[in-house]
Amino acid sequence: MDTVTECGCGQRGGPMSSATERVAARLPDNDAVLILGVLFGLYVGFTVLGMALGLDIAGLASTLQRITFFAAVYALLALALNLQWGYAGLLNIGVAGFMAVGVYTMAMLTAPASPAAGGVPGLGLPLWVGVVGGMVAAALVGALAALPALRLKADYLAIVTLGLSEIIRLTYNSTTFQTFSIAGADLGTGASQGIQTPTNPVMALYYTTPSSPAAGTTGLGEAVFGFFGTLGLDEPVVVDWTYTIVLVIFVGLFYLLLTRVGNSPFGRVLKAIREDELVASSLGKNTNRFKIKTFMLGCALMGLGGILWQGSQELVNPALFLPIITFYVFIALIIGGSGSNTGSVIGGALFAGLLFEGPTFVRRLVQQTVDLGGAPNTFTDAIAALGSLDVGPLLAYALADVSSLRFVLVGVVLVYLVQNRPDGLLGHRKETAAAVSLARERTAAGQTDGGATEANDE
Amino acid sequence: MSETDTTDTRAAIEGENPEEIADIDPEEDSDVERAAREIPPGRPLRVDDLRMEFGGLTAVDGAGFAIEEGSLTGLIGPNGAGKSTTFDCITGVHRPTGGSVKLHNEEITGLQPHEIAARGLVRTFQITRELQEMTVLENMLLAPRGQQGEALWRAVLPGVRRSVQAQERELRERAWETLEFFEIDHLAEEYAGNLSGGQRKLLEMARALLTDPEVVLLDEPLAGVNPTLERKLLERIDELREQGYTFLLVEHDMDVIMENCERVIVMHQGRVLADDAPAAIRENEQVIDAYLGANV
Repeated sequence: MDTVTECGCGQRGGPMSSATERVAARLPDNDAVLILGVLFGLYVGFTVLGMALGLDIAGLASTLQRITFFAAVYALLALALNLQWGYAGLLNIGVAGFMAVGVYTMAMLTAPASPAAGGVPGLGLPLWVGVVGGMVAAALVGALAALPALRLKADYLAIVTLGLSEIIRLTYNSTTFQTFSIAGADLGTGASQGIQTPTNPVMALYYTTPSSPAAGTTGLGEAVFGFFGTLGLDEPVVVDWTYTIVLVIFVGLFYLLLTRVGNSPFGRVLKAIREDELVASSLGKNTNRFKIKTFMLGCALMGLGGILWQGSQELVNPALFLPIITFYVFIALIIGGSGSNTGSVIGGALFAGLLFEGPTFVRRLVQQTVDLGGAPNTFTDAIAALGSLDVGPLLAYALADVSSLRFVLVGVVLVYLVQNRPDGLLGHRKETAAAVSLARERTAAGQTDGGATEANDE
Repeated sequence: MSETDTTDTRAAIEGENPEEIADIDPEEDSDVERAAREIPPGRPLRVDDLRMEFGGLTAVDGAGFAIEEGSLTGLIGPNGAGKSTTFDCITGVHRPTGGSVKLHNEEITGLQPHEIAARGLVRTFQITRELQEMTVLENMLLAPRGQQGEALWRAVLPGVRRSVQAQERELRERAWETLEFFEIDHLAEEYAGNLSGGQRKLLEMARALLTDPEVVLLDEPLAGVNPTLERKLLERIDELREQGYTFLLVEHDMDVIMENCERVIVMHQGRVLADDAPAAIRENEQVIDAYLGANV
């Protein structure tokens, strides 16, 4: 049985790809090891970079926290997108919009009914109601987008979601809904000024009054701050790390949930829909129902991802949900390989580390070690210097605006991946969509081959 | 409808076996029997005055026939006779513009493909549509009806999931057995995309059978299949007929049709030209003019 499997992978590509498959086969089988390995690699890399920049221990800890935070949020969103795009082939280019619906609904439900001056009134409901409400709202908006679009081909769903995402952002940006009242309750979106989000609940672990740290620390806060204080880590770093760990736990939960969805008869139908919808329906599967369920679940998870990310930043405004966020999530998923949950997590981590945070650090390092002089104001000036074989101005120009550089880098990576690793960095992964291992069980007579047991069982 | 049903097609059917058609209709309690997975005797599939118009083009123009349980019926006709469109209308890919399709006396006209498949009528495709990026086993396990784990909450919740897994093990066994029956079990863990053309035909048929169907429509299952495999497939069909499966077969190879089918329906220009035993079809002047020509 094993030989058949390996042959199968080998035949899929040319000699190059069978070589990479062989390398991949030697990689640790355990996906957790793979993910931890990538994270460890990022940590080592950024520690080295940070030390080269002369960061102290608090600076390093804060750097690694930032990396982990972004790795986690991009992993969350990539996992949600992988359910829709990787499994069911539903091209959703409105990730940012569904995040916005999640965060805004959560914020509007939980904002105090009578806010401080300048604040936006809300319904003053508890945080968990806000989070659940945000997910439900994102799922419902997802259904709204999916219902008409599912009758059409995939490309139309893509356009509908992209358009919807912008409509959502512009609606939250509109002054019409800055404050309004429904059934006697005042609430609002805050328009372009944004809306405050609830105090991060991890603050309650450490501070007696979560909204004002100055009021005093809890017993746990005392102990934890005391311990890390001796290592040179101050309170904000500890609090940020605590929340980051919460995010990492959520990545684990998303992963578990989506792996279960994928390795089930439900996931099998999704895979079939991605491959050939008519086959699935000819075998008696109500494909539209599967697609809508999947789309709604994915959107709910995107809403939760948005809440966990932007909802933790005290204030959200519509500018945080530009379509570029959606494209970043797509890049993360493409890096890891769509269709694979492990790939989604690794893609999220690598995107956050190498493409999102990496350029900033490289710029700081270059600027600190090499004196490039002032950056030229225009691209023409930067290019002109090349005439005298001076690359300095071009380099300085490129580094001066790191977000533009990031765009270029993202584009280059995308072109490379699509041409050379269309299945993502992990290559093609054989993830069987079934709730049990499909290897044949040994009968007493033992007439069949192999000996695999219920490896997929939990 | 019976008054207007004096077309030649209908006459052809009634002339064939009038008493059998007559005793289908009173079976009102067939639902209960079907639920017990017992197929009532008689004619499981019946098509009446089927019409399919695409704009100004009439692809199927009042076709009507009924097929018998446990039979292998051939559906032949020149290119453009409306055979595949008839298949598409029966299986819900197209909603017919007129007429009716009945599965065990139950009206299935205009239902969605998945609704029809769920009622026990499955098809294979002229050009095989295996799911390439899925393994042969995954392809197979997609097919069975009534899978608990196709409900999202059952697939995810820890306690309930165990019964899903139990069902998966059962289905896995059935899938392996069916693959063995078709002698492609050695390819079980291969991607379907890596299979040869003939193996794909086998897989498609095996997959269709795993839905536990009552009627199987095979759209050119033998095209591009080598003679050895062809014989194998036909043997399989024979064995399955003994188990009560009913087959309707579209095929261009006249020898296959004439040697294996007990009844042949000839379509021409969207209508049923003849519906008879192979020997009689061979002698039918109209059929020879329209289709067989110098072949026979």
